[in-house]
Order: sequence, then C-alpha cells, then structure tokens
Amino acid sequence: MASPSTTADLVAPRPSPGSDNYLTHEKGFLSWALTLDHKRIGVMYLISVLAAFALGGTFALILRTELLTSGKTIIEHDTYNQMFTLHGAVMVFLVIIPGIPAALGNIALPLQLGAKDVAFPRLNLASYYLWVLGAICMLTSLVMNAADTGWTFYAPYSTTTQTAVAPAAMGAFILGFSSIFTGLNFIVTIHKLRPPGMGWFRLPLFVWALYSTALIQVLATPVIGITLLMLIVERLLHIGIFDPSLGGDPVLFQHFFWFYSHPAVYIMVVPGFGVIGDIIPVFSRKRIFGYKFIAVSSLAIAFLGFLVWGHHMFVAGQSLLAGSIFSAITFLIAIPTAIKVFNWITTMYKGRIHLDTPMLYALAFLWVFTIGGLTGVFLAVMSVDVHLHDTYFVVAHFHYVMMGGAITALLGGIHYWWPKAFGRMYNEKVGRFGAVTVFVGLNVTFFPQFILGSRGMPRRYYNYLPEFEPLHQLSTLGAYILGLGFLMTAVSLVRSLLKPPDAPMNPWGARTLEWTITSPPPYYNFKTPPTVTRGPYDDYEGLVYDEKIRGYVEKGA
Amino acid sequence: MSDATSEAAESPKPKSVPPAADHGHGDGHGHGHEEHDPIHLANPNLAHHFDTPQQQFDAGKLGIWLFLLTEVLFFAGLFCAYTVYRSYRPEVFVYAHYFLDTKLGALNTCVLLLSSLTAAWAVRNAQLRQHSLLKLNIVITIACACAFMVVKYVEYSHKFHDGLLPGPHFAPTEQVWELESFKHKHPEAAEYAEHLYKAAEKKKAAAANPAAAAPTGEHAAAGDAHETHVRPTEEQLEPLIAAGILGPKAETRDVPSKPRNAHVFFSIYFFMTGLHGLHVLIGIGIWIWLLLKANKNVFGPNYFGPIDYAALYWHLVDLIWIYLFPLLYLIH
Repeated sequence: MASPSTTADLVAPRPSPGSDNYLTHEKGFLSWALTLDHKRIGVMYLISVLAAFALGGTFALILRTELLTSGKTIIEHDTYNQMFTLHGAVMVFLVIIPGIPAALGNIALPLQLGAKDVAFPRLNLASYYLWVLGAICMLTSLVMNAADTGWTFYAPYSTTTQTAVAPAAMGAFILGFSSIFTGLNFIVTIHKLRPPGMGWFRLPLFVWALYSTALIQVLATPVIGITLLMLIVERLLHIGIFDPSLGGDPVLFQHFFWFYSHPAVYIMVVPGFGVIGDIIPVFSRKRIFGYKFIAVSSLAIAFLGFLVWGHHMFVAGQSLLAGSIFSAITFLIAIPTAIKVFNWITTMYKGRIHLDTPMLYALAFLWVFTIGGLTGVFLAVMSVDVHLHDTYFVVAHFHYVMMGGAITALLGGIHYWWPKAFGRMYNEKVGRFGAVTVFVGLNVTFFPQFILGSRGMPRRYYNYLPEFEPLHQLSTLGAYILGLGFLMTAVSLVRSLLKPPDAPMNPWGARTLEWTITSPPPYYNFKTPPTVTRGPYDDYEGLVYDEKIRGYVEKGA
Repeated sequence: MSDATSEAAESPKPKSVPPAADHGHGDGHGHGHEEHDPIHLANPNLAHHFDTPQQQFDAGKLGIWLFLLTEVLFFAGLFCAYTVYRSYRPEVFVYAHYFLDTKLGALNTCVLLLSSLTAAWAVRNAQLRQHSLLKLNIVITIACACAFMVVKYVEYSHKFHDGLLPGPHFAPTEQVWELESFKHKHPEAAEYAEHLYKAAEKKKAAAANPAAAAPTGEHAAAGDAHETHVRPTEEQLEPLIAAGILGPKAETRDVPSKPRNAHVFFSIYFFMTGLHGLHVLIGIGIWIWLLLKANKNVFGPNYFGPIDYAALYWHLVDLIWIYLFPLLYLIH
C-alpha cells in the first residue's frame, strides 16, 4: 500500500511502510519486557489497565447483583465491604489514573510531538513496573483478607480494622510513584522534545490535557504517598499520628487524603478532555472552536483543583468559614469546565459530523460528563451537601464523572488510536453498537442512583429499605447492560487483532502528527523531526477520502 | 541506542535515569533537518531520541528539578503533620527536645554541609576534567554521608536504649528533669521537680506500707509541709509547666511526670529523620555508582550531567536536614 501521503512540510514517509514497525521490529518476550520504546510500554500499560478494568468491573457486577435484594443475595456483608473497597481501589488507582495518560498517552504523546520517544525511556519502563508491583500489592490484600475501609482508607477505622489494609495502602503508595514518573516524563517531554515550528499553541489539545494532568500528578501525588506511608506505619507501630486513641488526629488524614485525591479527580478526567478535544474536530471535519480557551482551561482546572479539597469535609467538623471558601472555589471549577463543553459543541455546529465509533463515545462523554459535572455543583453547595453527603447521590455523581467521563473517553481514545497503535481497523458496526450499549447501560445504572440518593439511600450499605428495591434493581439491570457493552467491545477489538494489518495511515482524516506516519508506526517514529507549519486542527479541507485505501490523503497528492 | 540499552537495568530513580551527556556548547547544532548520525557518533552518551547534547542535558535538568519538587512535597506532608502537632501540643515538643543531643545534631549538620560543598565542587571538577579531584570530592562526600549515618546510628541506639520509642512503646527510662540538658538550662526547676518527685514517692511508699515507712514517713510529711509553705519561684515552675511536667497538660497533675501523648514527638522524630536517613542511604548508593563511573574518567566538559543531578539531589537532602535540625533539636 504505497499510499500517497503528506506534503513536504510534514515528515516524508518511511520508504517501506508496513514492513517494519514497532510491533515487529524485535521479537521475543524480553524484547517487550525490557523495551524502552514508548509505544510498546503504552501497549503493555493498555493491556494491564484493561485487565484491571475487567477485575474491577467483575467486582462491580457482583456488588450490583448483591444489591438486587435487601439482605443477602449472593455474598455476605463482610465480603460486600471488602469488595466495594477493592472495586474502588482497583478502578481508581489501577485503571482510571493510569488509563489515559500512561496507556494512550504513552502511545500517542511522543507521536503527536513528532518525537522519537519520551524524554526518559527508562523512567517510563520503571513506571510500568511500579504499576505491576502496585497491582501485586493490591492483589495480595485481596488474597490475604481484603481491606474493607473503602478506597478512601479513612482513619481511625483503617488503623484499627483487622483486614489487610497495609498491602492495599502499600499498593496505592507504589502506584503513586508510577503516576509521578509518568507525569514527570511527560512534562519534560512536552517542554524539551517539541519539533521545530510547534509552539505552545500548536500543541494538540490531548498534549495540553496531558501536560495539565502531569502537573497535578507531580504536585499532588507525593502528598498521598507520605500519607499512605504514615498510615502503614501507624498500623504497624501505632505511632499515634492519625489514631485518636493514641493522641492522633483522624481529620488530618482526611485533609491529607483529599489534598491529593481531589486533584486526582482531575488526573482522572482532564486527560479525557484531551481525548475528546482531539476527536470532536476530526469527526466534525471542522477546525476546533476556541482552541486557546480549551487549552488554558485545562491548566485552570489543574490549578483550582488544588484549592477545593475541603468540600469533601463539609460534615467533618470543618469551620463554616473554611467550608464557604472551599464551596466558592468549587463553583469556580464549573467555569473552565463549561468553557470546554461549550467550545466542543460550537465546534460541531455546522460541521460535517461523522458518527464513527470514537465520535459516538465523544458525544456520550458530553452528555454524561455534563450531568456528572452539574451534579457536582449541587454537591458543592454546603446546605445541599449536608443532606446528600454519603448517599447514593454522591455515588451517582462520581460514577457519572469517572465512568461517564474518564472511562468513556478512554474507550473513545482506544477506538480513535486503535488503527494507529495496532494497524488494524475494528468492525465499525460492532464498535458503534458497543458505544450505544455502554451509553444506555451507564445511564440506566447510575441515573436511578441519583434518585435513590436524594431519597436518603446511604452509600456503601448492604441492606436497604423495601421502597428502594425497584430503583436498585433498575440500577443492577443497567450494570448488566454496561457489562454486555464492554464485553462486546472487547471481543470486537481482540478480533481485529487476528487479521493482517489493514489500517491506512490516516483513517479519520486527522491533522495531528501521529497520522502522518504509517500504521503501526515505525520503530523510530520519525526519521527526522517533522517541521510544523500549522495548528493541529487546521486545513481539513486539504484532505480527501480515498476509497481504495479507506483512509484520507492529501488533496492532489 | 546501544548505550541506552546497556544502562537499561539501572536503578529506577530518576536522577540516575537521564542517560545524560552534556555539551555546554552544543547549541550551534539546533534542531535541524540534517542527518543526526554525526552528532550521535561524536557523543557516545547522547541517547537516540535526543537531537543534541544540550537538549539532553536540559531535559535531564528539568527532570531532576521536577523530581526534587516531588521530594519537597513528599516531606511537606511530614512538616505539615509536625506543624499541626506542635500547635496542638507545644508542651510535648518542649518536653521531648531535652532528650535529643544537640551536639550530635550540630555535628551532623556540619558534616552534611561539608558534603554539600564537596558535591558542588565535584560538579566543577567534572566540568573541568579534573579527574583525581573529582574522585577525591566524591569520596569525601561519601565519607561524610557515612559519618552522618554513623552519628544517626549512635543517636538511635541511645534512644532505643533509653526507651524513647514511638507510640505505645514509649517508656523513657529517665525522667526529663534528670537529664543534663534540662539541668543545664533550668537548674532550679530540675531541683524542684526532683524534690517534688521524691516527696511524692515517699508519700506513696508510706501510704502503701504505713508500718514499714514509719521512721521516714515523718520526713516526707515534713517535706510536704515545707513545700506547701514555700511558694515555688517562677524559675522553678515555669519550665516544668512549659514542658508539661507539671500542670494541666501533664499526665498527673501534682506529681512531676510527662505530658500526655509525649510519644507523638518520637513518632514524628523517627519518621522524619528515618525518611531523611533513607534518602542519605540512597544518596550514598548514587555517589558510589558515580565514583565507579568517574573511575573510568568519562566525565568532562561534554558530559557531567549525572554529577550535576546527583549534587542537586544531595543539596536537597542537606536542605531537609537544615530544616529538621532546628525543628527537632533546637525547640524554643
């Protein structure tokens, strides 16, 4: 497939595309296990994260099945407590935090920058193995006597429960370092490895989002690291920092925990913004609207995210003044977030919208994330929060943001970059059907939870009053639909790998640099750094669809 | 590429990760379209994904600064915990600091300052290709780091021996007013506390066994009476109350004892100095690795990045101690 490719101002294609790529460059287990290639590390991350997602998802399905009826349905109450803890810990620390940055970011970021690799390839590999080590610690906790504290590890329960909190906390501690190393690597890569002509305002929005995310990873994660270390030592030596019976202060734990974990919410969702920002203009065949605002709003979210942790502690004895300030700053976050959503919608306005799988995920993202974001504003109001705190309303809110935001964007990103990363097109029909199923399942699962919560159903409860039963059962039905959607998608993606490479260089007609090289990319990405002469979303008119190769090529080439 | 894979198994710590070569004067090459091989051939330490040695050095420098930032934030959690507890229970900190040996702390501060000097000097040596001076300075740095750890070991073993352990294991074998550091600062208060304590002991003994204690019981009673008559002076009382030995913060109100939750200080002390000590140990490992590298005379004006990054890390470790020393040892 000697496809005509790019103009001279972009990189010249490698002489023999398809014959030698990063997947086939070296063979054998060690060539993967010791690889320093960002694409291979990204692929390893992707596989690992998706495996963890399957584990966390299985926990979720068991939990939802248990909640079909009040009282025991399939598991005991203690098992239930352990399972929701591990569901949360696995999904947050093993899936969502590394999901988009470490898996998709590793594959796409250096390519979008026209770089040969990230700045520190060995650190990148170390980050992956720390992830593996952290996952092993989490599983150790599962096998021993799984922690039952909830993923938040709140003291004093976490310092006194007999379950294996220390391995789970150790796992989260190690995963924190994995996350820091990825973030550090990306910041340096974005600063130092940009190609000639790519100024800050020619970066793809995905890169901007990863940059903002990386700043949070570097600035917030060390604090959770030291906090979890103190928690572990507290459990082992009873040092009395968090345990009130030894003179410690459990609210200090909450402060430390949320000083990280609230910014961490943005570690989870800002990369999703980046994916959506890359997908929407491409599938609308229209230049992005308000590029600079979208780019800088990511930074604004990162900055404001550090100042709002107290909104998790409105009912933890925090002063009214502190509460009011935290509440006000939390409202402010709605502004940069809304800027993004409005700009994406305006980008689609009068565009030629192609409803391919990635775009369907992007549209699903807009819908569910807006609901998730706006219900966050409800929770930021102190008086409302007193009523809704620790109810299913909160559960529904953060699942709309985490599932609906981060996971939908992750799936959209996987479908968007899949042809680039693996050189294969997936079955478009199954992909679209999967996207719709996931969207329906998500809403059926979590919307009833808003109603449950506002009527007083507390979160994390094993039993419930009879009047909550219909809504719980509806939610469980939604979870099954969701599971089906994921299963279908997974089968479709795996099946695509079984056929020979068939993806064109540029299947979607995107303008960012990763689409100017072969699919899958060659081992060294770019032989010479490409020179960039336009923005990442400019001149879609210059690309025409070629039926023969089922991809886009330069007009007149 | 070959050098990148050969060092693949190195420690995952970022300061050793940038396979940095430096070229102070490499700017002229810029980001060009020209073939890279000549630059890579001329600079064996230049990794394949960098275009120029300058780019590689800058990337490493930014990386190490970011890493140091995360280190500062890592310790910031502990400093924050320190601040919270000191404002909650100032008496615990006053009480406990008498147990720390200021002289050993000061010695360690000097040792670390000296090592920071030699570390900074080593960077200069590397830039100027002064191979033997470079090795000497690295050796001195390592020696200082080891000396620091030895002193820390002496301090820790004294603490263990004296029952100064964190949490519920805290059981000091000595009363604080019997310590030289306390007596030296507040001789009158020490005497007064000793007096009160002995009187209380006698009273207790008398109460437990009135018959056997009869001859001395009189004395104790006399002593007690004496105390109630003579009001203690400010010099006698104030240091004891400030340290929670007597008064509302003490475990027992009337008999000299220790403040409630005194063990929290040693939890924080061991946590902070222990984590710092771990950083010193990691630093020793890094310097030994660099000494082995320096032994091959690889450093020069074109390649001194690793020494530079290690020295920056070392300065931070030093700086953290500069804060720990006054915060833990020099309270008041």
